[in-house]
Amino acid sequence: MNVSKKHIFLAALTLVVSLSGCKKDSDFLENPPNSIVPTETVFSDPALVLSVLGNLYNRQLAFSNFDQGWGSFADFSESFISDDGAYGIVQNTGWGYGSWGVNWKDAYTYIRELNLFIERDSASTKLTAADKARFNAEGRFLRANYYFELTKRYGGVPLILHSETYDYKGDPTYLQHPRAKESDMYDFIISEAEAIKDQLPADQNDKSRASKAAALAMEARAALYAGSIAKYGASTPGVALPGGEVGIPSSKANDYYQKALTAAQTIINGGAGVYKLYKVLPDLSDNFAAIFTDKSSVNQESIFITDYKALSGKTHGFTTNNQPFSITDEPDDAGRIDPSLNLVESFEKLDNTFAPIPTVDGGGNPIYYTHPQDIFDNRDARLKGTVMIPFDTASPYRFKGAVVDIWAGLKMPDGVVITSGNAADQVEYPANSGKKYTAVGKDGPINGVRYHTQTGFYIRKFLDPTIGSGRRGRGSDVPWIHYRLGEVLLNAAEAAFELGDPGTAAGYINLVRQRAGFTTDLTDAQITFDRIVHERRVELAFEGHILYDMRRWRLATKVWDGTETTLSDLKSNIGKADKRSTQPWGLWPYKVYNPGQANDGKWYFQEVLPSKVTGKNRFTLGNYYTFIGDDVRAANPKIVKQPNQ
Amino acid sequence: MKYNYRYILLSFLVCAAAACSKDNYKAPASILKGRLMYKGDSIGVERNQVSLQLYQYGFGKVGAINGNFSQDGLYSFSLFDGDYKLIIPNGQGPFLWKLDAHGNPDSLSVTLRGSQTLDLEVTPYYMLNGATITGGGGAVAANFSVEKVITDPAVAKDVERVNLYINKTQFVSGADNIAKAEMAGADITDPSHVSLNVTVPATYPAQNYVYARVGLKIKDVEDMIFTPVTKVQF
Repeated sequence: MNVSKKHIFLAALTLVVSLSGCKKDSDFLENPPNSIVPTETVFSDPALVLSVLGNLYNRQLAFSNFDQGWGSFADFSESFISDDGAYGIVQNTGWGYGSWGVNWKDAYTYIRELNLFIERDSASTKLTAADKARFNAEGRFLRANYYFELTKRYGGVPLILHSETYDYKGDPTYLQHPRAKESDMYDFIISEAEAIKDQLPADQNDKSRASKAAALAMEARAALYAGSIAKYGASTPGVALPGGEVGIPSSKANDYYQKALTAAQTIINGGAGVYKLYKVLPDLSDNFAAIFTDKSSVNQESIFITDYKALSGKTHGFTTNNQPFSITDEPDDAGRIDPSLNLVESFEKLDNTFAPIPTVDGGGNPIYYTHPQDIFDNRDARLKGTVMIPFDTASPYRFKGAVVDIWAGLKMPDGVVITSGNAADQVEYPANSGKKYTAVGKDGPINGVRYHTQTGFYIRKFLDPTIGSGRRGRGSDVPWIHYRLGEVLLNAAEAAFELGDPGTAAGYINLVRQRAGFTTDLTDAQITFDRIVHERRVELAFEGHILYDMRRWRLATKVWDGTETTLSDLKSNIGKADKRSTQPWGLWPYKVYNPGQANDGKWYFQEVLPSKVTGKNRFTLGNYYTFIGDDVRAANPKIVKQPNQ
Repeated sequence: MKYNYRYILLSFLVCAAAACSKDNYKAPASILKGRLMYKGDSIGVERNQVSLQLYQYGFGKVGAINGNFSQDGLYSFSLFDGDYKLIIPNGQGPFLWKLDAHGNPDSLSVTLRGSQTLDLEVTPYYMLNGATITGGGGAVAANFSVEKVITDPAVAKDVERVNLYINKTQFVSGADNIAKAEMAGADITDPSHVSLNVTVPATYPAQNYVYARVGLKIKDVEDMIFTPVTKVQF
């Protein structure tokens, strides 16, 4: 090595080290951090504010949603769960008082961050007034919507509207706030919606950010909930607290219903953008299913959604978990949510009448059908849009180009029904004859065999028809719809009905029903409370409404009364609001093998209570409002207990 | 590698010695038990549906020790000796529990020093008296009288219905039954003579007895009040 070069190098090194050492220590400590963006920097740039807001949008709460997975869609006898780890849902005899609760620490952390967001946005000096106003409105929308979710679960909760900070002086009592009245919670949500609606864009293409219609849809739903709690709460006088944290005086019902109707009508009449019921595809069932999968601008029905994007990391596994077993993209992951016959039979016939699925004739003999889908003919188109019924190649329906293969057994010429505990199994009949028959469909139903249907149905709503959407690696990007016009119409109809205006109610309900294929409109006289309840159940199935609807109408204790649902219970009183539904039934198709005879190759059906169903849903008065944890009440003694717990 | 057995032995010894120290509490051994009573009669309820709570001051645990009544109205807790407060939460049971001035359940002080029996005196809305339940001819019949206990119009409640339940096992209630007979409260013409009949369905395996009892549902009260379970032979 050249010595002189080495010396030059050392000299240069010394120089560099001594120069860098010249920097003052205090300067070094004041280097701006490069892993944290300071608040004032964030609130100087709309793009950075939006990224903060994106985080807040991602942390919204919804009862059923894709981030919480398929389990949040299950239960309430609307479906059976074909998953070895989840049979508890149909084996429990009731729900704990804490069911459906949220972690209050997480909840109030989120609320604090929303409050901080609103305060920092208001304090910003570098954002344009228009940006500030819209961000402010979005923060307040998320906060009001979150308080709505809490109120649905708990009734009144502490209403904290400013960020609070502990002073570390050892006495946190000034941070302890009592629960607000339940009516105050709803009043807050309604007034917030009114205050922010004009700061939000009235644009139907703004779906994943809050829009004017989203605020109004929230207002309509909240006011409707408040109105019905006020009205129907009178039927359960025990479900109330003296301080009003739970329960709303019945005198307030009409006022709330009027607010719900006004807010809903603003959306319906185009006051918040152009929203229309989705009527695009010629087949009404396909059309209904597409409401939930079509994200293009053609879909003017969805109002506010949580969006997903395939291959971006923000996807969900709903299609993976619930696709039919024989058509699955992911081996051994399928078929968890199996809609129940309880739900299926509640879809009306097209002549506006209710009837059980016709399995037997007047004499009790099975009715034979040429194709499995025939038994579901002439019913509400939403049935086949919501539920994947058994169908064969004669049906126009396909899922990803294929048909499902749902049948439970083969009836042999001698009347014996052969079946098997394995899907698509070959069974030798008679024994040792050497003749083998396929005895069960590839999709089940077989009791206790997971990921195959056990009720005879798969779910169709939210299933992504895109190729590859059932793979875990790709995931599905079907959006979660928080608010859509179909529900807004039903909210308006219910509010109008409760206000004594069945004509207006009929008008709105008929719009929804025409889209489902009904050609005869309901008359004003046919609009009853039962109709309102029924229409919401079938239109909004699996969209996270049933629990809160049954709670606010105080029907939950009647529908889920803890006694078994017998076959005659199942087949009677269809369409009645308080019809018992404590156990999910199934409808199993069977094939006839009888060559040369008239019934050969035909299908007949049997109602079956899946053998895993041993529990009976029991909703007690203590379930109307979710238990507030002992830890919460110990930390804040001002929180009063829920009634009946 | 050569094992040094002395170290292995030593480690066993250390473990054994460490395990000798008394590091656990004894299991709670004092039993607090009792039953729901009204003027010397026991009150039957549905099992695991009516709860009671014990609070103990001075420990880290927040919230109550929860318990449920059995269908005969019995409760029992295994506890450490100490001072407890016992309540029945509002809205629980077919009876009234005393309330304090704020409308909260009034607590009952329990000083536990060894096992204790503590019957809870409550005021039911109704009592079912003189129930006779007999079987024969594939049916079970019950005769009983309904006594309105709480008559103060401010708190009194109507009868919603009365039921006769039968079951194969000794658990008998609205949730656990193989058959039931029902009469609406409005249809009771003479409260001192009410009778209900229920046909016994075929059981598998067949048995020549059933368990039966009568329950009364009070309007706007969740829990029913029951007579004692009777084994009916036929």
